[in-house]
Amino acid sequence: MRAAALLFACLAPLLAGSEDSFALRNITIHPVSAPEIAAGTLVVVDGRIAALGASAAVPRGLRVIDGKGLHVYPGIIDSLTQIGLSEISAVPATVDTTEVGDFNPQLRAEIAINPASEHIPVTRAAGITSVIAGPMGGIISGQAALVHLDGWTWEEMDIRRSAAMMLTIPVIQAGGGRGSPPGRPSFAEARRNYEKKLAELRDFFEAARRYRQARLAGQAGFKTDLKFEAMLPVLEGKVPVVARATRERAVREALKLAGEQKIRLILAGPREVEGVVKEIREHNIPVILGPTHVPPLNEDDPYDRSFTLPGELYKAGIKLAFASFSTSGARNLPEQAATAVAYGLPYQEGLKALTLNAAEIWGVASEYGSIAKGKWADLMVTDGDPLETRTQVKHLFIKGRAVDLDNKHRRLYQKYLARP
Amino acid sequence: MRALAVAACLWWVPAGAAEVIVIRNARVLPVTRPAFQGAVLVRDGRIAGMGEKVAAPPGATVIDAAGQYLMPGIIDAHLHIAAESINEGSISVSSMVRIEDVVNPEDISIYRALAGGVTTVNVLHGSANSVGGTCAIIKTRWGKDAEGLLFSGAKPGLKFALGENPKRAGASPGRGTAPRYPATRMGVEDVIRQAFTEARQYREAWRAYETKKARNETAVPPRRDLKLEPLVEVLEGRRRAHVHAYRADEILMALRLAEEFGFKIATLDHGLEGYKVAREIARNGAGVTTFSDWWSYKVEAYDAIPYNAALLHRKGVLVSLNSDDVSAELTARLNTEAAKTIRYGGLSEDEALALITINPARQLEIDRRVGSIEPGKDADLTLFDKHPLSAYARVQKVLIDGQVYFDRDRAASEQAERERRKKALLEKMEKEKAGPVKPAPARRPQ
Repeated sequence: MRAAALLFACLAPLLAGSEDSFALRNITIHPVSAPEIAAGTLVVVDGRIAALGASAAVPRGLRVIDGKGLHVYPGIIDSLTQIGLSEISAVPATVDTTEVGDFNPQLRAEIAINPASEHIPVTRAAGITSVIAGPMGGIISGQAALVHLDGWTWEEMDIRRSAAMMLTIPVIQAGGGRGSPPGRPSFAEARRNYEKKLAELRDFFEAARRYRQARLAGQAGFKTDLKFEAMLPVLEGKVPVVARATRERAVREALKLAGEQKIRLILAGPREVEGVVKEIREHNIPVILGPTHVPPLNEDDPYDRSFTLPGELYKAGIKLAFASFSTSGARNLPEQAATAVAYGLPYQEGLKALTLNAAEIWGVASEYGSIAKGKWADLMVTDGDPLETRTQVKHLFIKGRAVDLDNKHRRLYQKYLARP
Repeated sequence: MRALAVAACLWWVPAGAAEVIVIRNARVLPVTRPAFQGAVLVRDGRIAGMGEKVAAPPGATVIDAAGQYLMPGIIDAHLHIAAESINEGSISVSSMVRIEDVVNPEDISIYRALAGGVTTVNVLHGSANSVGGTCAIIKTRWGKDAEGLLFSGAKPGLKFALGENPKRAGASPGRGTAPRYPATRMGVEDVIRQAFTEARQYREAWRAYETKKARNETAVPPRRDLKLEPLVEVLEGRRRAHVHAYRADEILMALRLAEEFGFKIATLDHGLEGYKVAREIARNGAGVTTFSDWWSYKVEAYDAIPYNAALLHRKGVLVSLNSDDVSAELTARLNTEAAKTIRYGGLSEDEALALITINPARQLEIDRRVGSIEPGKDADLTLFDKHPLSAYARVQKVLIDGQVYFDRDRAASEQAERERRKKALLEKMEKEKAGPVKPAPARRPQ
C-alpha cells in the first residue's frame, strides 16, 4: 500500500492521464525469453511492452521509475489453484470448488470467482499476476479459467474463461491397508468400481462425439444438451483437457484416452513417471508440476524424489509449469521452483516453468509469459532472485497498471505492531 | 509388500560412534554466538571445541566442509510423526494416555525429517480433546528402536487443546454419535478448569496422607489416578504444558487459567493469533510455537499472518516454528520456513535460525543439551551446501550425538543398491508366481 502510494506520489506529476504507461530505468531486465539486460530500460505504453534494451528510448513525458538495485521479471503464473473459489477450506459455505456428480463439463469456474477474496491480494503480493482457477471433484469437474489477480469483477480478471477442461482420472480406492479410512471397499470391489468409472468416462466422450455429429448433421428432433455443448471445444481440440493423474496407472489411462479421443492433453501432478516418461515426451504432453514440497509417494522412494522429479522430466524433454494446487499456499510457488532447481532443474527452466512455459501451455504466450515487445506488461519488480524465500516483491504491474501490494496480512501486521 | 519391508531394512544404520570427529573449513553458524569460518571438534558425542583453528588429534575423522554451512541440528517443537496413533478422542480428558507407548521407530518420516536436517522433535498427542495425552521428545536416530529414539532426561510434557478441534465432537458429532462435551470455547475452559480442580484435590489428598504418615498416624493412601497424575506434575512444574490454541481470546483464557492455578505454559502451540495478544503472552512468559505462513484452512486460522513469529519475537515472546507434520513434509524444510520470517517481519539471520534451534530447545527445556553449537552440548549438527536460509540449500550431512546419521552422497549410492535388490526380489516373486507350486516348507518341530 505504502509502496504503491509512494510510487504514485512520486509519479503523479508525470502521469499525464495514462496509469498504464511508464518506463523502468536502470533496472536489470529478465525477459525469460531472452538474455538478461543489466541496467536496462523497459518502456510500457498503454499497458503493453513498447521497448526494452540497454538504451531503449523513453518517449517524452512518460513517467520514469528508477529501478536501481532492482530486477524486473514477467509476472508469475500459478498453473492450478482454487483461488477465488475457496476462502476458508474447512467452511463449506465459502467453498465453491466441487459440484455434485461425476460429469460436469458445463461448469465454469470463472463465473464463481469471488474478486473480493482475501487470497487474491495475498497471492499477488508474492509476484503472482495470474492463476488458473479450476474446479475439482468427480471425473469431469468443469472448465478452469485463467485470470488476472486484479479486477473489480471476474470479467475484469478474465484472461481465458475456458482455459482447460478439468478431468480427474479415476483411481482404485480400496481399504484394508494400514491407515486406510474406515468404510473403504475391498480391493475387488474398488477395482470393479474403478473399471466402471473408466467405462463411464469413455462412454461420456463417445456420447459427446455422437452429439456433435447429430448437431452438425442438423438431425431432426435435436435437443441442446449443455454438458455435451461444453464438450465440443474439447473434441475439436480448441480447449485442452487437464488430467489429474498421480500414479503410473492413471497417467497411462490419461494418455490412452487422449489417443483414443484425439484431445489435447495436459497432465497435472504426475508423480510416478519412470515407466511413462517416454510416451509423455513422444506425444508432446505438457506437465503441470506439483506440488514439489510433498513427501515421496512410496516408502522406499528416495527421500528427495519429489524434489528431483521436475529436473528429470525436464531432461526427458517435457514442457513443465509449476502449480501450487492450492489457495492459501499459492504464494509459496516460487519456492517450489527453487527446490526443483536445487535438485537438478536448470535455473532458467525453473523461471520459465513459472512464466513463459505456463503461458505457452495455456495458449496465451503471444500476450503473456515473458518481457517482449508487444506483450502485456504483467511484471514483477523484486530486490533479487524471485525464487529465493527472502526476496521481496517491490512492485507489481498487471497490464501495465501498478497493483496494490497491500493485503489483509500486512494490515493486521501494521495494526497489531502498533498496539501499545 | 514383503519386498518393500526388506528394502526398508537396507537403509544404512550408523555403526559405533567415531571417537573424535573434526568438521573443518565450514562456515559455522552457532546461532547463539557470531558465525565464523573454522572448525568444530566432536568428542564422545559432544562438541569438544570450536574456533577458527581447532587442533585435530591424531586418528580423528576429518570431514572437510569447505564451502558448506554448519548449523545446530534443527528442532521441531510440534509434530506427530513416529507415532502409531495420536488422538484418544473418545473422551475430553485423556491425560492418562502416552505417546511414549506408541512410538514407531520404523516410520519413514523419521528418516525424511533427518534428511531435512532435523535432529530433535517433540511428538505430541493430537488436538481432538481439551486435555490430550503426554508427549515424547525424540531424536531422529533412524535405525534405533523406540527406546533408542527417546531424548533421555528430557522433562515430560502434556498436551492441551483449545478452540475448533476439541469442540468439534460436541458441536458437530458424527452421524449416529452422541455429542461429546464440550461444544464451545466456554466448555473447553470448563473441562480444563475441572481437570485442574480435581488434580489439586488429588494432590491435597496425597499431601494429607504424606503428612499423616510422617506423623506416624494411621493413614490410607489415596487411590492412584493415572489421569490426574500428569496434571499434578504440570501444577508442580515437573511436566511441561503444551497448549494448542489459535484465537487471541482462547490464548488469553489459557494464560489466565494457568496463572490462576499457578503453572507455566511452555508453549502455546500454533498460536496463530498470538500477535494480537503479544503483550499478554510476553508478560505471562509462555512461549509460542507457530507456523510460518499457514492460514485460512479454518475459521480460527483466517486471521493468521506470516508476520506472527517476527512480531511475537519483537514483543519479547520466546518463539519457535514447527511443522505439525504427520508425515514428514514441512519439517524437512524448516530452514526455509525460518527464512520467511526475514521476508515477513525482517528478522536477522540469527533470529530466524533461533526459531528452529535454540528457541524450541528452550521451550522444551533441553537447551543445556541441544539447540546451538557450543562446547559441551550434544554434537547434533546439520551441514548444508548453501546458507540454510537459502531456498536452494540442501542437507549434506546430519550428525546426532556425534554420529553421522545422514549423508547425502551415501544416501544416493545406497538408494541404487536398494533399488537393485528390490528389483531382484520382485523378479523372484514373479518367477515363483509363474513356476510350479512348491510344497509348503515342513513345519519346524516345536
